[in-house]
Amino acid sequence: MAKSLTQEFVKGLWAEIPPFRLVLGLCPTLGVSTKMEYGIGMGLATTFVLICSNILIAMLRNIIPSKVRIASFIIIIATFVTVVELLMQAYTYEIFLQLGIFIPLIVVNCILLGRAEAFASKNGVLPSLADGAGIGIGYTLALALIGAIREIIGTGSLSGNILNLIKYNVPHLFGNSYEPFTFMTQAPGAFVCLGLMLCMMNLVGKK
Amino acid sequence: MRELLNMVIVLTVLSAASGGLLAAIRNNTMEKIEYQKLKFLKAPAVKQILSGASNDPITDKFKLKDGGNEISFFVGEFNGKKNTVCFETFGKGYGGDVGLMVGINLDENKIISVGVTTHSETPGLGARAKETPDLVKQFKDIPLAPFKVKADGGQIDALAGATITSRAVCAAASDAGTIYQRLKPEIEKEISGLSK
Repeated sequence: MAKSLTQEFVKGLWAEIPPFRLVLGLCPTLGVSTKMEYGIGMGLATTFVLICSNILIAMLRNIIPSKVRIASFIIIIATFVTVVELLMQAYTYEIFLQLGIFIPLIVVNCILLGRAEAFASKNGVLPSLADGAGIGIGYTLALALIGAIREIIGTGSLSGNILNLIKYNVPHLFGNSYEPFTFMTQAPGAFVCLGLMLCMMNLVGKK
Repeated sequence: MRELLNMVIVLTVLSAASGGLLAAIRNNTMEKIEYQKLKFLKAPAVKQILSGASNDPITDKFKLKDGGNEISFFVGEFNGKKNTVCFETFGKGYGGDVGLMVGINLDENKIISVGVTTHSETPGLGARAKETPDLVKQFKDIPLAPFKVKADGGQIDALAGATITSRAVCAAASDAGTIYQRLKPEIEKEISGLSK
């Protein structure tokens, strides 16, 4: 039974939101979510690759022989990841410096191969586009949320500059006397934060 | 047989298309990426050394070949005269190369100031070469010379606990002097070309 395009898009935002429901793509989720800015940058880079690779794989799904499909998917994904890496170096170098190794690592992000294998290789171009956009935006929102929580608790303020378009700076959210809880900006804090959020998602989902 | 051929063709065409696309994008972004590296890694040091210059040293720059290396020179204009250049040299530090941006005044042949650009020195020890001015401030307004730390019979106070890093900075600064003297005629020619 074919779902509508809207349904394909919306499922990525809640029912199949990657880090929480699919529990995929955790390496960058934990690694780069120290600031909301980095989370959004990483999420947008992943979204771009996801949409492009989904479209191309859906277009080529009848041409690619099934025995070499994984190799073909990896070539396609790796190409778009390198494109993103070059574009980020050219236009948003600051974010590139911060995300560093995590950009090339998008290639091995399970979300991408997962969507290629589970969705794009079996569906048409438009549903794959909707699927890629939905999952990508869901991933971006999740990373932004974790990043925001860790940044606010870990540093007591929220600041950044997204693609040179949106600039925000909210210093001292809890007043000057707030002692930053730096645990949150470190790796263990990421695990705790993600765990608590998964827990909350499940609680809300149960009702 | 047909299937095998099919697989080979698909993978070959995909890889070739991918390679072509990436080469095209790389060619188109190369200049921009170089500019970004300049802006975020070298520019802060250049700006600090040439602070007060009336031009933009990041755009007034040229490249010269020295042996096998290509060095970028940034030109600073003071009192209406483009008389200061700034370029990067390297010295062997404790954790790898230490990059040093050196500003030299052409009229007086002296170093106006230096700044550390890139390094991988120990935080809290060698990294203080970049974080604190204690070491680099000794290179303010001094004539070109082979620099050495005091422990080696020279004139520079090494950072406590970071003699190797201090030596690297001295070596880079000394190197800058020899490169400058070797290339001075070419530097002057390039600058007069810029002034037009």
